[in-house]
Amino acid sequence: MKKLLCIFLIFSVIACAENSELQPEIRFVVPQNFPAPQYNLAKNPITTAGFELGRALFYDGILSRDGSISCGSCHQQSSAFTQHGHDLSHGIDDKLTKRNALPIQNLAWEKEFFWDGGVFDLDLFAISPIEAHNEMDETLPNVLEKLRKSNKYPQLFEKAFGSKEITTANFLKALSQFQLMCISANSRYDKYIRKEGEMLTNEELQGLAIFKQKCATCHSGELFTDMSFRNNGLQIGNPEDKGRALITLNENDNFKFKVPSLRNVVMSAPYMHDGRLRNLEGVIEHYQNGVKDSPTLDNILKQDGRLGIAISPDEKVKLIAFLKTLTDEQFLKDRKLSEF
Amino acid sequence: MKLSFFRIAASVATALILNSCSNSEVAPEFNPNDKGSIVLEFDNVMGNSNFNLNSTYQNTVGEDFQVDLLQYYVSNIKLKDDKGKEYVVPQDESYFLIKEADVASQKAKINNVPAGNYVEMTFTLGVDSLRNTTDISQRTGVLDIGVEGMGKGMYWSWNSGYIFFKMEGTSPTINSADRKFRYHIGGFGGYSSKTINNIKTITCKFGTSKATVRKDIAPTVHTTVDISKVFNGTTNVSLATNPTVMFSPFSVNVSANYANMFSVHHIHND
Repeated sequence: MKKLLCIFLIFSVIACAENSELQPEIRFVVPQNFPAPQYNLAKNPITTAGFELGRALFYDGILSRDGSISCGSCHQQSSAFTQHGHDLSHGIDDKLTKRNALPIQNLAWEKEFFWDGGVFDLDLFAISPIEAHNEMDETLPNVLEKLRKSNKYPQLFEKAFGSKEITTANFLKALSQFQLMCISANSRYDKYIRKEGEMLTNEELQGLAIFKQKCATCHSGELFTDMSFRNNGLQIGNPEDKGRALITLNENDNFKFKVPSLRNVVMSAPYMHDGRLRNLEGVIEHYQNGVKDSPTLDNILKQDGRLGIAISPDEKVKLIAFLKTLTDEQFLKDRKLSEF
Repeated sequence: MKLSFFRIAASVATALILNSCSNSEVAPEFNPNDKGSIVLEFDNVMGNSNFNLNSTYQNTVGEDFQVDLLQYYVSNIKLKDDKGKEYVVPQDESYFLIKEADVASQKAKINNVPAGNYVEMTFTLGVDSLRNTTDISQRTGVLDIGVEGMGKGMYWSWNSGYIFFKMEGTSPTINSADRKFRYHIGGFGGYSSKTINNIKTITCKFGTSKATVRKDIAPTVHTTVDISKVFNGTTNVSLATNPTVMFSPFSVNVSANYANMFSVHHIHND
């Protein structure tokens, strides 16, 4: 036992030493099973200093009016950068937003952001939560002014961008650098699909087969989303929140929301744009027997003379077993992405 | 005979006088390689009156109103000379935010304009779709959304895009506690899905006069901008019915109205 402990200690020391050597260099690498990124990395080359600045900003309440809310408040790493236990995300002065916080993961592969796709460039994303009255309730000019006056930030900007001058562009690009590095591609599923020695159980493999047959039209590819906007038959909750139609002003887009990725889906409960479903059982039950018809309901949910998707209780168990293989512990615990 | 002689003499004299008049209007020879400046002045007016913030006016449907904020983007300026040659102002120098509250902002100065006799200008009221979708590092000056008085307040962060025209004020006819109306007009046509496009391209002919840009002459083109046309035109807008017009199908009616606000009043060639 003592011997074992000794060996364990030696290993962890080596691991630590290796870690500290590996940690300084931040590099963006496309996972082998992923498509090409959407984000144009040439316009914002990721550097270690840029990433570190982005991380500092991401976790700093200085972005909010009273210092109480950081990006990390609603995007918590252990919940795949969502807000654990909140249906609607919870902003400044205990105000609620109208939607559930989306995960921050693999954003380099997304071309439109928010549940309604209103923002089309990651660099333009952060302005919205900063200025929303129910999120950070601050103004972008004020944030930049506070950063300029701080002891810490002018130096961090200089390291990252070669100048102490804090501009709108550099501020937003630093935040993007941190978020772009939030890459989740090391789930058990990934290691299985990349043939890295990981095996899935029979139940999980059957779940994968059912998934491909019944879910992968929308939750397609290695990112588990086709990035489209669809009405998935939820009973209308907030009639004001017309989803994609708020952006296109097209009534054919009424109540359509983005198909979210399913990576780390177990960790990012609750579900749907308004967080109304508490667990995956509830989600599958919705598709099984909760789908409501409406003029914009997705065609795929009204086939063969029925609403929804036929999923048997046995299939449901297997599907959930498969979805659990999409949890990426390495990502959820990655020290380089954490607040401290 | 005598009469006809006098007639001829008179007409010759008239022709001479006219000729000399038009001669005096033609600017002296200039070197086409010379560069000069031109100032495009945007003078907000209200019908036949001057326009002032917080003064009371009335629209066509008979509603009193006051304006407390008025600003709009003018961009992508092109100038055409009397030979039909067009000068396109370089993109990066072609964005102006005209603000009623800031007199200096109402004079859009363009430098390095080739010497010539200009007879027409074309510009975008708003911000072109390319600049609405371009990298954040290309959004400086009046387009910088992180600077107060510049792009800040002229941008929708939840629905990426610039507000082209912003007018706010009050009207006693509006049934709300603060009686406010807010007109924030934008919409560049959509990024991946088509939607409303309120970008307006405006062409103003200078009429009988020319803007004679020379090495040492920087003309000012004095353009009046009739704010009453925001509410009056193809659609006569009621503030009581439409106190808030932002990103909505109705905004298309407002921009169709205000596309007719501009007319060149006169030109100073000095």
